[in-house]
Amino acid sequence: MEAELKGLMNDLEALKRAIPNRSHQDSIAKMQRRAEQLVDLANSAPNRRCKVKDMSAEVVDSNPYSRLMALQRMGIVENYERIREFSVAIVGIGGVGSVAAEMLTRCGIGRLLLYDYDTVGMTKTDAAVQTLADINPDVVLESYTLNITTVEGFETFMASLTNKNLSTSKSGSGIDLVLSCVDNYEARMVVNQACNELNQTWMESGVSEDAVSGHIQLLVPGETACFACAPPLVVASGVDERTLKREGVCAASLPTTMGYNALKDYFPTMEMKPNPQCSNSACLERQKEFALAKPARDAIAKAKMEAEASSLAECPVHEDNEWNISVVADSNVESTAVHGSSGAISYSSPSYYVSGMIFLITTGAMHLSALPAGLVHELPRADEFTSSPVTEEASTSVEDLEELRRQLEALNAD
Amino acid sequence: MEGWDPNTKSTLTKIPLLTTKAGPRDGAVWTQRLKEEYKSLIAYTGMNKSNDNDWFRISAANPEGTRWTGKCWYVHNLLKYEFDLQFDIPVTYPATAPELELPELDGKTHKMYRGGKICLTVHFKPLWAKNCPRFGIAHALCLGLAPWLAAEVPILVDSGMIKHKDDKAAATAS
Repeated sequence: MEAELKGLMNDLEALKRAIPNRSHQDSIAKMQRRAEQLVDLANSAPNRRCKVKDMSAEVVDSNPYSRLMALQRMGIVENYERIREFSVAIVGIGGVGSVAAEMLTRCGIGRLLLYDYDTVGMTKTDAAVQTLADINPDVVLESYTLNITTVEGFETFMASLTNKNLSTSKSGSGIDLVLSCVDNYEARMVVNQACNELNQTWMESGVSEDAVSGHIQLLVPGETACFACAPPLVVASGVDERTLKREGVCAASLPTTMGYNALKDYFPTMEMKPNPQCSNSACLERQKEFALAKPARDAIAKAKMEAEASSLAECPVHEDNEWNISVVADSNVESTAVHGSSGAISYSSPSYYVSGMIFLITTGAMHLSALPAGLVHELPRADEFTSSPVTEEASTSVEDLEELRRQLEALNAD
Repeated sequence: MEGWDPNTKSTLTKIPLLTTKAGPRDGAVWTQRLKEEYKSLIAYTGMNKSNDNDWFRISAANPEGTRWTGKCWYVHNLLKYEFDLQFDIPVTYPATAPELELPELDGKTHKMYRGGKICLTVHFKPLWAKNCPRFGIAHALCLGLAPWLAAEVPILVDSGMIKHKDDKAAATAS
């Protein structure tokens, strides 16, 4: 830009000398003044800061990490600088993904991998890399403009997640966390597929169409439900989804209808165990592995508990208890708090049970393959179908793929 | 399936169902699935022709059968409107349906996602999910694309968003 502006100044000067006409001289002088202002603006634009080799806690205006390193002194984190060893993949650089990327960049994450196939004048991932590099040049940024749902895109996606060469992490895997920030069911299922195959922990997110509610889900393959374990509510229960969706809008997908409600500031949480009949075979493999590792996990947990028990001195922590303070279980706290709040705080416990029930319906439908009252299977069920004559026909026929392709092309020809 | 017209329903029952649950990353099993896709498409195309209701052409654009291209058309007020049709078979197929694209209509209707992917969320996705793996490409065209064209093309024409090719030619000639 600097060179361009300098060129413009020279051109204007040459023009001024070439045209003797006085009336034109004024307008050329005006243009020169504007160009000078542009040069000033360009010079005053903030320069990108230099890379920081080691994170320091020293509070000086040249140190961008002093406030983050203070977390260490306050005992919140043990070794903040370890954040530089972590790699996070963000799939979908939209409303959720771009904000997540910015926050991680400001925190000084080691490496970010960004995936999106959409454009905003330039590709979304390149736009994000530009902005993020300006915010924090210490972060290693990788931009992948591809559609992960296609075979080709998926291969690149998998390869980038397992690429250890570029990894800042000292552990074996290429990345430490995948954030799914996509806006559709298909892409979520693809992230689920990749993470199940790679045994990669990931987080799923979604915002509802009305933008006042959303969900966050942590998925640990084999340990918690995968995204295919519990199909979307509508599919499993047969509820008319038009009751869940606004007419005339094609926006985010269905599973975003349960979760945080910003209008009521209500955030229900639940744990979902994996579905032993999950349709995703990689999920079933991870479940098997997790079950096999149970004795080892139990041993570690037991050892930890024993270590904690032995480290605790037998004498009480506080000699006296003047105010009779005692620790109460969570469930008791909630019920007493509701009574004590005189209506100021309203706990939405009933809603919690409603969402719990929806989930029961969902799982119930999966296990019994029965639809709720009033709904019928339009087509033969899978088990009935396998015994139908069509199957026999399919299995006995030995038609060649090429022959079939030729037949379709013949039909297409006229 | 309440709300579907009897014609679509009766056509649907005649499209051969598929049995192999396999996606493009599943090797030989995918080839088996691909054969079933072809059989079902051949039957559906033949049926449309014999019922004088021919409305699309589709063929695999690569040997793996993961990308498909063709055309589809819809007749409105005795005029035929034709569009390019394309889609990829997703890696999670058949758990997720193919996302049918009409790139020429991208940006012309709200009932569409980026890149001209038609909106199938309400009328088709739940049906697909319930009938996995028995539905294939032919079913997606019959239950996903056909009703979309029937609902959207008249609106696009009447609102002037799309013009018949003869009108377009006349406009450039004059």
